[in-house]
Amino acid sequence: MNAEEVLKLAKLARIEISVEEAENLSHEFEAILNYVGQVKEISGNMVLGEAGQKSEMFPHHNVLRGDSNPHESGIYTEKILENAPAREGDYIKVKKIL
Amino acid sequence: MLELSNLDIKSAREGLKSGKFSSRDLVQACLNVIKEKNKELNAFLEVFDNVLDQADEADKKIAQGIDLPLLGVPIAIKDNILVAGQKSSASSKILENFISPINSTAVQKLLDAGAIIMGRTNMDEFAMGSSTETSAFGLTLNPHDHSRVPGGSSGGSAVAVSTNMVLGSLGSDTAGSIRQPAAFCGVVGFKPTYGRVSRSGLIAMTSSLDQIGPFSKTLTDAEIIFNVLKGGDPLDSTTILEETYPKQKNFDKTIGVPRAFFEGEGISESVKKNLEESIEKFKSLGYKIVDINLPNISYSLAAYYILMPAEVSSNLARFDGVKFGLHTDGTNGIEDYFKTRAVGFGREARRRIILGTYVLSSGYYDAYYGNALKAKQIITNEMREAFKKVDLILTPTAPTPAFKFGEKATPLDMYLADIFTVPANISGCPSVSIPFGHENQLPLGIELTADLGREDNLFIAGKEFLGE
Repeated sequence: MNAEEVLKLAKLARIEISVEEAENLSHEFEAILNYVGQVKEISGNMVLGEAGQKSEMFPHHNVLRGDSNPHESGIYTEKILENAPAREGDYIKVKKIL
Repeated sequence: MLELSNLDIKSAREGLKSGKFSSRDLVQACLNVIKEKNKELNAFLEVFDNVLDQADEADKKIAQGIDLPLLGVPIAIKDNILVAGQKSSASSKILENFISPINSTAVQKLLDAGAIIMGRTNMDEFAMGSSTETSAFGLTLNPHDHSRVPGGSSGGSAVAVSTNMVLGSLGSDTAGSIRQPAAFCGVVGFKPTYGRVSRSGLIAMTSSLDQIGPFSKTLTDAEIIFNVLKGGDPLDSTTILEETYPKQKNFDKTIGVPRAFFEGEGISESVKKNLEESIEKFKSLGYKIVDINLPNISYSLAAYYILMPAEVSSNLARFDGVKFGLHTDGTNGIEDYFKTRAVGFGREARRRIILGTYVLSSGYYDAYYGNALKAKQIITNEMREAFKKVDLILTPTAPTPAFKFGEKATPLDMYLADIFTVPANISGCPSVSIPFGHENQLPLGIELTADLGREDNLFIAGKEFLGE
């Protein structure tokens, strides 16, 4: 993987990185991918069906709660908005998109 | 003044109940140790200013004859486990000033059991590391040798217990982040079965592997905390129930040793010798030791370093400078994301997010993520098959004792520190690091792993081994 590809991935991940960091990461990724690539050796002969995969990998699935309010409306509003970088009234404020 | 080095949770509870000392005495003694040692060791990022008030509340309850498993006992919390009204930063700049609106289920259970929540402990940023060196808030030193790491990612929680700043603490373990620092600091570190303890309110790194567990001085104490924490939780749909994993085998003191797994390179001679000594000790306690073959277990780490960055890239997408946490201004909305995440995330977090973006990208997904999922299933099947014949699997906890700061030159070198701990996360099995032996003045640990849902075997064998 070269630095240009790393810069493209960083863009997809919404992280600004320098060309120098991209260079370093490209070398590190080579070593890491070379190591983790060994999973291909053991998994080659195994095929997991869609349903089989789910039931084998996880002991239970589709654990859902009732479609109703989990708590009294509004009790966390202030606590959550206090953590927002910018607010206007009870809204989180963001920059204009269009 | 209370001498904390002679106290554990069990004996502290006895002392509190009999009126030998108060929770205020106990908390004050901990505060004194913290004041003396924390400036240098940096185990705590913050000690909460209400701890003596909490102690007074506990003393009132004790006076009323109320008996709870942790009533009046000081416990420290890793900085990625939310405590309502307090900062929870996961040792990251991006959450430096985040105030938690809720208690994590784990902290709520500790509070319900009467514990004093002392403060939050240092860790690798977002639990990404094996040395606590990636924290945005400074290094934590190994109390046995200040030039060495405490292990990680829950380094602060391990140091806090090993230096008597608290009697117990919580960590999270995704690839060994409780057990490895426990070994490096000479305490007990316990990772329950995946899903045994609710992760509601744990800042997620790798949701399919993360698990909360305790640090303590004894197995008895680990069991006390574990019993408080465990149980199904409607707020975490991955939590398991007692009947989720039916027993495969009755306990008959059989321990399997996968020798081929730790005869490779990079494993310290003292660690190998120490393991042989632990085997002799188990034999003398009436345990049967058998060689077992787990041909695919050594692939655990490779699978981990695909699954983890993949989930990291997804879990950390929420940190965007809009809803909470750090915000750095750009010229427009999307530039805000790029700047916020560049400044807010440290080098290791950036590395893992970008690597995760790669392994999940179209064209590479099947080769990496798909194969890693298959490997996870193969390794899990292999270990569960072994647990039909043995009660426990014994390995060293880490390939070496605590290493020096900066010693691991490349990311891959650091990743290899998790080689013996990661199979328990990949398979979901419960696992404990037990302090045993030394190399010079540095503590070593041995690791026992049990079948899914069989924490009971770890407690029985661990307590016998430590003579509890």
